[in-house]
Amino acid sequence: MGTPPDHPRLSARLKIRRGASFESFDVPFEPGQTVLDGLRWIRAQRDPSLAIRFSCINANACKECMMRVDGKTVYACTTRLVAGEMRLEPLPNKKLIKDLVTEIAPPDERLR
Amino acid sequence: MLCSDVLVVGSGAAGMYAAIAAARAGSNVLLVDRSLIGRGGATVMAQMTVAVAVGEEEPDHWEHHLADTVKAGRGLCDAELSQLLCEDGPACIREMDEWGVGWARRDGHMAQVHAPGHDRKRCVYVDFLNTGPAVSKTLRARVQRTPEIQRVGDLVVTELAIRDGMCVGAHAVHTPTGASVPIAAKATILATGGLTRLYARNSASINMGGDGYALALRAGAELIDMEFVQFFPIGHLAPRLVGMDPIMWDPFRYKLGGRLLNSEMKEFLPEEGRYISARDVATHGILKEVAAGRGSPHGGAWLSFQHCSEAVLREAFGPVIDRLAANGIDLTRQPIEVAPIAHYHMGGMRAGADMQTTVPHLFAAGEAVGGANGANRLSGNAITEALTFGRRAGERAAALAAKIPMPAIEASSGFSSNRSKINPAAEIVRLQKLMNEHVGPLRTQNGLERALQEIRQMCGDLPPPRAGLDPEWMDLHDLRNMRLVAECVTRAALARTESRGAHQREDFPETSAAWERHQTIRV
Repeated sequence: MGTPPDHPRLSARLKIRRGASFESFDVPFEPGQTVLDGLRWIRAQRDPSLAIRFSCINANACKECMMRVDGKTVYACTTRLVAGEMRLEPLPNKKLIKDLVTEIAPPDERLR
Repeated sequence: MLCSDVLVVGSGAAGMYAAIAAARAGSNVLLVDRSLIGRGGATVMAQMTVAVAVGEEEPDHWEHHLADTVKAGRGLCDAELSQLLCEDGPACIREMDEWGVGWARRDGHMAQVHAPGHDRKRCVYVDFLNTGPAVSKTLRARVQRTPEIQRVGDLVVTELAIRDGMCVGAHAVHTPTGASVPIAAKATILATGGLTRLYARNSASINMGGDGYALALRAGAELIDMEFVQFFPIGHLAPRLVGMDPIMWDPFRYKLGGRLLNSEMKEFLPEEGRYISARDVATHGILKEVAAGRGSPHGGAWLSFQHCSEAVLREAFGPVIDRLAANGIDLTRQPIEVAPIAHYHMGGMRAGADMQTTVPHLFAAGEAVGGANGANRLSGNAITEALTFGRRAGERAAALAAKIPMPAIEASSGFSSNRSKINPAAEIVRLQKLMNEHVGPLRTQNGLERALQEIRQMCGDLPPPRAGLDPEWMDLHDLRNMRLVAECVTRAALARTESRGAHQREDFPETSAAWERHQTIRV
């Protein structure tokens, strides 16, 4: 088998709003990886209690991973990680459920 | 406590079509999903084509489609289920057309392309790479306009409710609050999709961890053909591509051919730029090249469209070419790397042509049903299966519900008392790697036995959720189901000492006539 090309090992500091405060995680990554990749890495390697919402992982089909990154509303699955600090927050105009998860279901599709 | 004539679990194409059909037949329906309604699951991710004998591009008949389906299935297609898929396909596709799905058209008729394994141009699609999202959106709109259907998202079913051997509903957890929600139902339809999330390289959503199989198994239902996991041969590998389905190169090959090359830039399948190899054949062809040291740098094969000009690419795929450019990919200048990726599961719940499982009043629909595609699924049959099986399940569940009283169910949940200290998200990653390595497209007795041993040691307990959203509990839930389903796949693969379709044993490379039979599993 061929060997994948070597990439420089990069690191992003994800500063994540968790309730009233922020918590920072240093995430190693290769060029091309996304914020969602970073969040999944944190859950598997550092803190499984971190709450995120996504379904399709990479295809940008489910539209569930919407959040604020550095003050802009984006999809975590299509936003690339960059070296340095990135500030992650839940959508500001939706009811907060936990960490980065908000109530985004249409009102008539919620448990009544 | 919720209560409904018909409970539908899962809101991909199969679940939504089942809900519509049941409501149309006079039932009130509760449609639940662990994710958002019509957003999770597999359908929304399908960027490909739908096989159906509508005969708009050239004359066709469902019997020709059936012959191709049976041939692809390598002797293991369930005759009734395959016929249902092919025979009912045209009616469902035309109904979707009436509902405004927007099948691509040419000269006033539905455009149909020739996909590998079909004897003619049979596959409809929605441009550009939009088949799945368009199917989902159309059904979602239809469901929303049906007042007899109540929709509830963020509700994960943890157990089926069984009384006197019959399904009487389900126990669920509302994930944002952690509340237990019993659901009484006269008939229950599991439309929970397949199990491809069991594999590290998969084209699935997070919901495809085999939930329905685990629920059915614990309820006493029979599963069939669990060893047959289809790996899609040319899943995207490198460079990293985001915002697109990794199986998107399939429609590229339908329209543009493309050349599959090894590290010596030579074609290794007898294709000569045409897209003709069956999925099982191409998957094993690529892996053999990699094993022989002729793989691409990341361990797959090269796929080249360098014979196409920018104008040709744009005519075929319009804005998709810009999305590729945003990912740094210019197909006129560079080949991309592809490799097999877990894509679909031929096995599943054993069901008759009425879609009822071996547990009375429990139905299945879509990919969750085993048998229609035998040992290898023909391109384009998955959405057709979702629509036809969904419609049939909804009709039959409604017919049953019209005849029986509403059952009562108890509020028991059956959670275990202790909460393990493991990181369940990490355990899921470990399970996925294990399955990819030992229970993937190439299998051996040693590898399968090693996988089985490790799987059995994994945590299968599910404690009650804590109040509020509890992401670790969600992972424990998934790990419990994935572990059980992984064990089923591995045991079935170990027992089948031959190679057939998607199941390839390196230690038993021949197909054996004695093995032209199904394996079933129940607990």
